[in-house]
Amino acid sequence: MSTQAPVAPAPAEGTAPATTFEPVIIGFTCNWCSYRAADLAGTARTKYPPNVRLIRLMCSGRLDPTFVLKAFSEGADAVMVSGCHPGECHYIEQNYKALRRFQLLRRTIESLGIEPQRLQLVWASAAEGVRLAGEIARVTEEVRALGPLGWPVGNLVDIDDVDLDAAWQATGGDAGGPPPAPGGVNPDHAAETAQ
Amino acid sequence: MSGNGHQPTEGGPSVGVPAEGGPSVGVPAEGEIRIGVYVCHCGSNIAGVVDVVEVARWAGEALKDRGVVIAREYRFMCSSPGQDLITDDIRDLGLNRIVVAACSPHLHENTFRNATARAGLNPYLCELVSIREQDSWVHTDKAAATAKAKAILSGGVERVRRNTPLDAIIVDINAATLVVGGGIAGIQAALEIADAGFHVYLVEKDASIGGHMAQFDKTFPTLDCAACILTPRMVSAGTHPNVTLLTWSEVTHVDGYVGNFTATILKKARYVDESLCTGCGVCSEKCPKNVIDEVYEAGLGYRKAIYTPFDQAVPRTPVIDRQNCTYFEKGTCKACEKFCESNAIRFDQQDEEITINIGNIILATGYEIFDARRIAQYGYGRLPNVFTSLEFERLSNSAGPTNGRIVLRDGVTEPKTVGVIHCVGSRDRNFNNYCSAICCMQSLKFAHLVKEHTGATVYNFYIDMRTVAKSYDEFYQRVMEEGTLFVRGKPAEVTEAGRLPGEEGKLIVQVEDTLAGRQRRIPVDMVVLSVGLQPRADAKELATRFGISCSSDGWAIEKHPKLDPVATMTEGVFIAGCVSGPKDIPSSVAQGAAAAARVLGRIQMKQMNLEPIKASVHADNCSGCRICNTMCPYNAISFQVAAGVSSINAAMCQGCGTCVAACPAGAIAGTGFSDEQVLAQIEGLLKVGADGTPLKRSAFPEAHHEPIEEAVRA
Repeated sequence: MSTQAPVAPAPAEGTAPATTFEPVIIGFTCNWCSYRAADLAGTARTKYPPNVRLIRLMCSGRLDPTFVLKAFSEGADAVMVSGCHPGECHYIEQNYKALRRFQLLRRTIESLGIEPQRLQLVWASAAEGVRLAGEIARVTEEVRALGPLGWPVGNLVDIDDVDLDAAWQATGGDAGGPPPAPGGVNPDHAAETAQ
Repeated sequence: MSGNGHQPTEGGPSVGVPAEGGPSVGVPAEGEIRIGVYVCHCGSNIAGVVDVVEVARWAGEALKDRGVVIAREYRFMCSSPGQDLITDDIRDLGLNRIVVAACSPHLHENTFRNATARAGLNPYLCELVSIREQDSWVHTDKAAATAKAKAILSGGVERVRRNTPLDAIIVDINAATLVVGGGIAGIQAALEIADAGFHVYLVEKDASIGGHMAQFDKTFPTLDCAACILTPRMVSAGTHPNVTLLTWSEVTHVDGYVGNFTATILKKARYVDESLCTGCGVCSEKCPKNVIDEVYEAGLGYRKAIYTPFDQAVPRTPVIDRQNCTYFEKGTCKACEKFCESNAIRFDQQDEEITINIGNIILATGYEIFDARRIAQYGYGRLPNVFTSLEFERLSNSAGPTNGRIVLRDGVTEPKTVGVIHCVGSRDRNFNNYCSAICCMQSLKFAHLVKEHTGATVYNFYIDMRTVAKSYDEFYQRVMEEGTLFVRGKPAEVTEAGRLPGEEGKLIVQVEDTLAGRQRRIPVDMVVLSVGLQPRADAKELATRFGISCSSDGWAIEKHPKLDPVATMTEGVFIAGCVSGPKDIPSSVAQGAAAAARVLGRIQMKQMNLEPIKASVHADNCSGCRICNTMCPYNAISFQVAAGVSSINAAMCQGCGTCVAACPAGAIAGTGFSDEQVLAQIEGLLKVGADGTPLKRSAFPEAHHEPIEEAVRA
């Protein structure tokens, strides 16, 4: 992990040496396989740790990378992405796209100073409640071993204090698009205007 | 229980105060979000682990800032009084969002959406979050489960704030139906629908319909002859005016959605003109080429290179086996053509592709038998007198290769002793864990047939006897009374290495008799392996083609294993018979009829409501980069050259949302699972820590909920 990154995880100072750290994990499941697997685990009363909280998407291909980053920024200690097994996607092949995003995201979070193991990919078919439960238990234990996600403490700029428009103007407008102006102006045109 | 108190909640979760100010009882202000929260006990199913009273109390107080006007808990939310709580509150308190914390949305989402709609609120403004399947049923720590329930509920509340009213998509139902697989389940389904007056395409990959049942001799427990009960059905299916029979054909591609599927069917060349062939059979008679029949006769008999699989085949039109036909091999012969009086032979016939439009699909593609060669110690394929159950069916069938004489592989000798081994490949962790359901009864039937045909001594080697359906156990009693010997134990080995007197020239079954508590060596002349059933080798391909899911074994998964056993998760695609797991004939027939009833219900409805989960492009935000165009697995996205933007064909969109996630400009919106809904749900889920207290977040400033919300509204 890069040490020059300014947001490298700082040791969690001040926090008492936790007796047991209970991680909070966000799990993304697809409507057809992994969510059904979670349902099946429930129906069969298969036990797993209560640390994971599931979100249902129609397909793992729906996983916007923003969702994962959002979960980390909101305080999740780990994110589990789950979908149908390769070759068994309800939407033919969209889980492969989830797989690609997963791999890119792992690199991205590593460069942000987050251990890549905090993002996990689990395939589970609708019949694999036991497998899903087992994987949740495994992920929970791995994250517990990693400890809390060590976001840096202090010295951060509050985004609300930043004049985004000024910052945008200063960069010359090529660092992305400005927020869509009221009235739905095409951002490309808006960018031109900004210049 | 009501969270409708007056005192402001202490601090609450760290969220921005909504611009519209705190909720108040009475008429909702313009744009004010008023949420009702309902927490279900589900008897003790939820309340036994989750403190539902506490969850409701917490929601009423801590989530008051987030628009929760009322939070109640109730014993059974799905009951009429439970639903009435929702409808009454919508009317009395002016609620405009509903969150129910109960079971899985796959179970009761419609129940609560309907209740919401009854009170005049758009049903898609109701969210069902699962605190049963995902919480109380899978956790034992009550405090942790209660904290998790709060988090799940909070996620639902944040999500429902971003829900928008949606209208169900209404589609017409094409009355024609595709039935795939011409075994007994498929035939039954096709006939039920055809008899009701609607058109059916019955597609079968073999040359004749009939399936495995056509290979059997007798059927348990009544011992009526399989052909006698099956062939009238086959003939009906073949001659029914409402059935288009497509044998020697396979479905290669399926497009569309419930009510409006398009299927492409590959009709393989028979090299015989079906419209001219009279089915007289002279061609097969005159054909000089004998081929071992691996399919219908299980390798025990011969057929010709031009053949119908069996005498009662439907249709009677033969096919030419191109690999073995002398003409196709060497360019000469044409005996069949010479003798065909109706000039029906067409050596130049080509495969044909047919496209059909149908409204519903029934998959009845059946099973294949376990390959007994995989259990080397039973010697199948190595020891000549070890047979599979399918081979035994052909041996005992009077229309089979031996005309019904049960003989050893030499074709002459009748066995004096026969051993039938149960559970071959089933209930075995090395192969298939499941019970194949039919093997006990088929083994009993074999024992009876051996006695009847040869008078030989029969041993049945079983693990447990499973004779659970009507009249099955009586049949077991009857076979015991006939003198069949039962040994409880799974044989370790079948060998021809005799070492004791009386073992020479015999097959020795080495078995631990678990009732007698000792090892036994039982010499027999013939061993019949009662092999289990397994999914067809192409089961997973088939599932993908039709958009259904199957278990890791390969059996198709039902929509609900008990309450909806013939439906799948894909609307308009139904399953019947052994495609979803091993079944006997009565169950397969019942499922065929049940699937047909489901399809007929759909046809009678003429129209159906579909979930309005679709993607659409916001043209103003689209930069025309075309990244989404190649993402779509259904080719629903096309680039509009004139406008310079991409657009989505709503009829083709299946709602997976991949394009929504992929669009770098955020220009694609996905109804039902929008970015705003998911991001809000993440925020909601992470408001509560593992111990139930507000989650201590990083040093990052408070999350920016409202700007997101505002940006969306803009």
